[in-house]
Amino acid sequence: MTAVDAATGGARAVRRADFRNCPFTGLKVDLAAQRLIIANAVAAVIFLAVGGLFGLLVALTRWPAVHLLPAEWFYLVLTGHGANVLLFWIIFFEIAILYFASAILLNSRLATPKLGWLGFLLMVAGAAMANVAVLQGDSTVMFTSYPPMKAAPHFYLGLILFAVGALVGVGIFFATLVIAKEERTYEGSVPLVTFGALTAAIIAVYTIASGAVILIPTFMWSIGLIGYIDPLMYKVVWWGMGHSSQQINVSAHVSLWYAIAALTVGAQPLSEKVSRTAFLLYILFLQLASAHHLLVEPGISSEWKVFNTSYAMYLAVLGSMIHGLTVPGAIEAAQRRNGFAKGAFEWLRKAPWGNPAFSGMFLSLVMFGFIGGISGVVLGTEQINLLMHNTLYVPGHFHGTVVAGTTLAFMAATYLVLPLVFQREVVFPRLAKIQPYLFGIGAAGISLFMMGAGTLGVPRRHWDMTLADAPIPYEFSAAAYLMMGLNGMFAILAALGGIIYVVVVVASVLAGKKVDAARPVWQFPVTSAAAGNVGKYGSHGTVKLPGTIILVGVFFVAFMLYYYVNWKYLSAVWPLR
Amino acid sequence: MAVTPPAQRIWWKEPIERVELIWTVLAFLWGLTMFATMIVWHVVGKQNLANEAYRIAPATFMERTEAFAKKYKVREEGKSGIPVVRPPAGQDIYMLGRLWEWWPVLELEKGQSYRLHLSSVDWQHGFSLLPININIQVHPGYEHVLTITPDQTGQYGIVCNEYCGIGHHQMTGKIYVVERQSQ
Repeated sequence: MTAVDAATGGARAVRRADFRNCPFTGLKVDLAAQRLIIANAVAAVIFLAVGGLFGLLVALTRWPAVHLLPAEWFYLVLTGHGANVLLFWIIFFEIAILYFASAILLNSRLATPKLGWLGFLLMVAGAAMANVAVLQGDSTVMFTSYPPMKAAPHFYLGLILFAVGALVGVGIFFATLVIAKEERTYEGSVPLVTFGALTAAIIAVYTIASGAVILIPTFMWSIGLIGYIDPLMYKVVWWGMGHSSQQINVSAHVSLWYAIAALTVGAQPLSEKVSRTAFLLYILFLQLASAHHLLVEPGISSEWKVFNTSYAMYLAVLGSMIHGLTVPGAIEAAQRRNGFAKGAFEWLRKAPWGNPAFSGMFLSLVMFGFIGGISGVVLGTEQINLLMHNTLYVPGHFHGTVVAGTTLAFMAATYLVLPLVFQREVVFPRLAKIQPYLFGIGAAGISLFMMGAGTLGVPRRHWDMTLADAPIPYEFSAAAYLMMGLNGMFAILAALGGIIYVVVVVASVLAGKKVDAARPVWQFPVTSAAAGNVGKYGSHGTVKLPGTIILVGVFFVAFMLYYYVNWKYLSAVWPLR
Repeated sequence: MAVTPPAQRIWWKEPIERVELIWTVLAFLWGLTMFATMIVWHVVGKQNLANEAYRIAPATFMERTEAFAKKYKVREEGKSGIPVVRPPAGQDIYMLGRLWEWWPVLELEKGQSYRLHLSSVDWQHGFSLLPININIQVHPGYEHVLTITPDQTGQYGIVCNEYCGIGHHQMTGKIYVVERQSQ
C-alpha cells in the first residue's frame, strides 16, 4: 500500500504551491487559495450590493405611505432580491469560507486551483444569466418558481450553472482536506471551524443534488421537452434544495462564530466533543427539512408532516441550542481568563464591542437565536403553521436567520478577512465600527415588524395591502399599516448598514493601506493571558459561566412562552379538521 | 482554539462539562415535549388540518363548483356580479381559486360544520382567511376537503398569499357568517 502510494506519488506531478507566511497567525497561506478567496468574496459583495438594493426597493414599495414601485417592477425586483442575496451572495461567500477553512486553516495547498477558477466562472456566468432573465421581465416567478408558473429557460439554466460551479468548489474543499491529511500539514484532527465547514460542505452536496433533481426537469419543461411538472412534487424536492441551503448557512455561520470568537477574544471551545457533536446533528437531521414548507399543503398526511418537521425529537434544533450555549460560554470563559471576571456580566460589558468583527458576531448570535431560531421552530410546528403560512411572518422569520444571523456573521468575518487574506487595513474604521450595529438593528426591525404584520394576516409577496384594485375589498387593521411603515424605516437603516459595508470593503480592497507585517494591526492570540491557555482542552480549570447560564435561561423561558402563546392563538380560530 | 487542531487528538474521549450536559439534556427534553405537543393536539385540539385530498382535473373541479354555485345562489355582489351562495348547513361546499379571484362568495351559518372543497383551476394560490388568519396552500390538480365550523358571525375577507402573477394583489374573496336560522 505504502509502496504503491510512493510509486504513484513519485510519478504524479504535484502542483508547486507558492506560500506566504501570515505575520499574525503564523499560518502558511497558499497564494492560489488566497486569490480564489478574494475573487469569491468580491463576487459575493457585488451580488449583496445588487440584491440589497432590490431589497430596499421591495421594502419601500411595501411601505403603504411610500409605495414606490409599480406592480410589475415590484414583483420583478422581489424575484431578483431573493436570487441575489439568498443564493448568490451567500454561496459565493461560503465558497470563500470553504477555501479558507481548508487550505488556510490547515496550512495546506489548495487542490486544483484551475478547477476552482472554472467553478468560479460557472457561478458568475450562472448568476449573471439568471439576473438577465429576471431583468428581461419574463421570469417574474419569485425565487421559488413554483409551477405551473413558468420562467424563461435561461432563468433555470442560470441557476443550474451556478449550482454546478458551487459543486466544483465544494469538491475542491474535500480534495484539499485529503491533500492536507496526506501531506501532514497539521497535527491530529482538523480544527473545529474546519469541522463545521465540512458539515456545511456535506449538506451542500445534498442541497445541490436536490436542486439538480428538480431544476433540470423544470428547465426541460420550460423548453417544451417535458409536458407536466406536478406542483406538489416540485415543492417537496425544491425545498430539499431551498431549505437545506439554509442549513449550509447555519453550519457556515456557526463555524464563523467560533472562528471570530477565537480570533478576537481568544476563545476556545468548552469541549470539542460537544461542539462537534452539535455539528454532526446538523448533518443527520437537517437536510430533509423541506417538510416545514409543506405543512398546509393538500395530499400530505399529518404523520408525514409531524415526523419530518421534527424528526420525532427536534435533534437539529438541539444542535443549534447546544451552539447557543457553547459559543457564548467559550467567549465568557476566554474573557474571564482575560481578566474580566467580576460579577455575572463583566466579561460581556468589557468585550471588544468596538471591534466590528466581535460586535457583528455577537449580535448575529443573539438575533439568530432569539428572532430567527424561536420563530422558525414555532413556524415549523405542524398545526401552528396554519396561522402563519405565506403571511409576512415567513419572510420575518428568515430575515432573522439569513440576514440578522448569516449575513451579519459574514459581514463580521469580513473585518478579519480584510487584514488576514486581502492584507489590507480597514479604511474608515469609525464607519466600520458602527456598521454591524446599524445593519443588525435594521435587520432585527425588519424581522420583527414583518412577523408582526404576518400575525395580522398581511400576505407576503404582495404589491398592495390596501387591495385598492380588488373587486371585493378587505381592510387591514391600522396596526398592520403601522408594522409595514416601521418595516420600511428599519429597512432603510439596514440598507445604510449594507451600503457602509460595501463601501468599506470596496475602499479597503482598492485603496486600503497594505498591511505592514512588521507593525501588526492584529494581535494573535489577542492577549497573553489567552495565549497561555492555548493548548489546553476543555473548560477544566476555568471558572464557572454564570453569565452564559443566565443568557440561555432567558432564551429558554422566552422560547417556551412564545411557543405556547401561539398554541393559545391557534385555539381561538375556527375549529377545523 | 476553534481555528487550530484540538489539543487532545482523540477529542471524542474528552469529558463533558456539567453545564453542557445539563443544557443538552434540557434542550433534548424540550424537543421531545414539542414533538409530543403536536401529537397531543391531534387528540385534544380543535384545529387540525384535514388529510383528505384527491387528485382532480381542474375542469372537473370548475364544473362542480359552478353547479354548486348555481344551485344555492341567493344574490350577486359587487361590480363583477360574483354570486353569493348559501348552502344548507352541513353541506359540501366549494371554493376555487383562479386568476384572480376566490369564487364564489359563501354565506354560512354560525356553529354549523361544512365540508369545504378547495382547489385551483390554474396556478397555485394561497387561501388566507382574514382577520382570523387561517392560511392554506391551494394547488391545481389537488382537491383539499376540510371541515370548517365558523364560530363567530361577521364578514371574513379572503386574500391570496401565494404569488400568482401580475394580478395577485387583486385576488380576494369573501365569506359571510350569519346567525343560525330557526328551522
